[in-house]
Amino acid sequence: MTAKTPNQKAWWLVLPVVVLVAFNAVIPLMTVVNYSVQETFGDNQFFFEGVKWFQETIESERFHDALKRQLFFTGIILLIEIPLGVAIALAMPRRGPWVSVCLVLMAMPLLIPWNVVGAMWNILALPDIGLLGHTLNAMGINYNFTRQPVAAWATLVAMDVWHWTSLVVLLAYAGLSAIPDAYYQAAKIDGASNWAVFRHIQLPKMKRVLTIAVLLRFMDSFMIYTEPFVLTGGGPGNSTTLLSIDLVKIALGRFDLGPAGAMSLIYFLIVLLLSWIFYTVMTKDEATT
Amino acid sequence: MARISLKGLRHSYREQPASESDWAVKRLDLEWAEGSANALLGPSGCGKTTLLNIISGLLRPTEGTVWFDDRDVTALPADERNIAQVFQFPVVYDTMSVYDNLAFPLRNRGMPERDVDRRVREIAALLDLDAMLQQRAAGLTADGKQKISLGRGLVRSDVAVIMFDEPLTVIDPHLKWRLRSKLKELHQRLRTTMIYVTHDQTEALTFADQVVVMNDGMVVQAGTPVELFERPHHTFVGHFIGSPGMNVLPATFEGGVPRFAGLPVEVASPPKAPPAGARLEIGVRPEFVRFGADGIPVRVLRVRDSGRYRIVETQHDATTITLLVGEGEALPSETGHLQFDRAHTQLYADGWIAS
Repeated sequence: MTAKTPNQKAWWLVLPVVVLVAFNAVIPLMTVVNYSVQETFGDNQFFFEGVKWFQETIESERFHDALKRQLFFTGIILLIEIPLGVAIALAMPRRGPWVSVCLVLMAMPLLIPWNVVGAMWNILALPDIGLLGHTLNAMGINYNFTRQPVAAWATLVAMDVWHWTSLVVLLAYAGLSAIPDAYYQAAKIDGASNWAVFRHIQLPKMKRVLTIAVLLRFMDSFMIYTEPFVLTGGGPGNSTTLLSIDLVKIALGRFDLGPAGAMSLIYFLIVLLLSWIFYTVMTKDEATT
Repeated sequence: MARISLKGLRHSYREQPASESDWAVKRLDLEWAEGSANALLGPSGCGKTTLLNIISGLLRPTEGTVWFDDRDVTALPADERNIAQVFQFPVVYDTMSVYDNLAFPLRNRGMPERDVDRRVREIAALLDLDAMLQQRAAGLTADGKQKISLGRGLVRSDVAVIMFDEPLTVIDPHLKWRLRSKLKELHQRLRTTMIYVTHDQTEALTFADQVVVMNDGMVVQAGTPVELFERPHHTFVGHFIGSPGMNVLPATFEGGVPRFAGLPVEVASPPKAPPAGARLEIGVRPEFVRFGADGIPVRVLRVRDSGRYRIVETQHDATTITLLVGEGEALPSETGHLQFDRAHTQLYADGWIAS
């Protein structure tokens, strides 16, 4: 019998991952942590400030407003995109030549660069020359998304629904396709209504993919920046200034690295916390089986 | 329960069936007696599942009609036919408890909750599911799930027919016999018409009183297991049922008698004259072949011991003839002569029995 000789060389195999994670996550995050506790007056002079910026951010009305707008935005788009995506997936053909046509059409919005989406909707919604804006005004609806907060919000939500519902559709469709025919046949024999089929077969079978869809849509929408930046730039006034837009205004617009760092960290923790809550609630049942 | 009859049935999955091969089920007439245990046996792709789905109403036949007793149900959807079907892969409603699964078909039909409860408990007791009524159905083993899908059919009173589509496919081998004997026992207690689809001859022959053998969309033979074994109507049945399968030997017809390699062979019901130009074959099962003093001269190729008897492969020219020799019976060492049991030897013309 040969005794095993301890060999620590295997640690080297982990090195590439450690380097990768260090450079793309740990070091940038730590830089932000570093900024968030300091005050800078330019010229690379830094003074330690402790939790001052965190306190200021948490107490600031401006942050509260941006957070409320952000929660409102994410709430609305989740409430629209998830049911709408599931409904579209249910309506899509299950087999035949139209399947690939539908899938390609559905994938299209996802393939367009985000700033292009913003630019497209900006032009589309322009009240004087845009197809949508002009048509609405011609119909007698007073619509100007650069002036009216409600119009700006409606346009923003419509744009996000147009851009991202497809993702929910594709995920839900994948979940639906995985259901064997026998389930539908058994349900038919059992005399189940369409609603019962949806409630007891389709929805439970889609649960896993829908959990992923909700998480992805939550995180993406909570951190959305490019499209509203291009479409409204946060206006009119501050009415569509979501968290990320506000963050960039503070960090780059005013070059307040300390408050921006503190806000980034708080922002990050909120996303983490809410994602965890979503995940825990949605997978609660699975743990018991 | 009901008598099930299929009249002039044909089915094709194509819109415009052109050639004969476009038909998944070729023209057939079949009848299953009320309260009988039946099997539909055939290789994969022979059309047996199609036939099953036509009976259950999941498919509408291209031609022909389906009758439950004296009622034409061809146009009725599955839920109005009062049938039960157990699928190859267990279908349970994952989010519901075993109890709710069994109650589901009754609740869908608006039955009062008091009657639902009585029925569910009755069926659960019948299927030995009563101990797990409150469990989540998703957590059960495959055979438990199959029992639930069977139970969902049984809860409805007076089910016309229960159909099984290869229900033991995903069941562990050691549980297969248990579920199979449960099914048999259920049939004896309930006397409901049952149709069991399978490609496994053991399952079919042990379960059913009446077996329908299908091949290539056609019914090749319908009969009791004994009939299928002793008098296969088609060489396919001879091959497919029995292990090892029937010997099929090239034959000729000269001087009023069938011959194999020039030697006359006596068959059970010899025809006066076989159809002209037909391909003739003599079929005899290994069970009905034995060594004798005279007969067809053969060389012994190989002997395999399978416990109670030995499977002996012999050869005459290029034709292999297999026979079974009991343990302890003498075996010729290299060459010998074979004799066929006349009552179990048949002449086939183009595959079909000739008489």
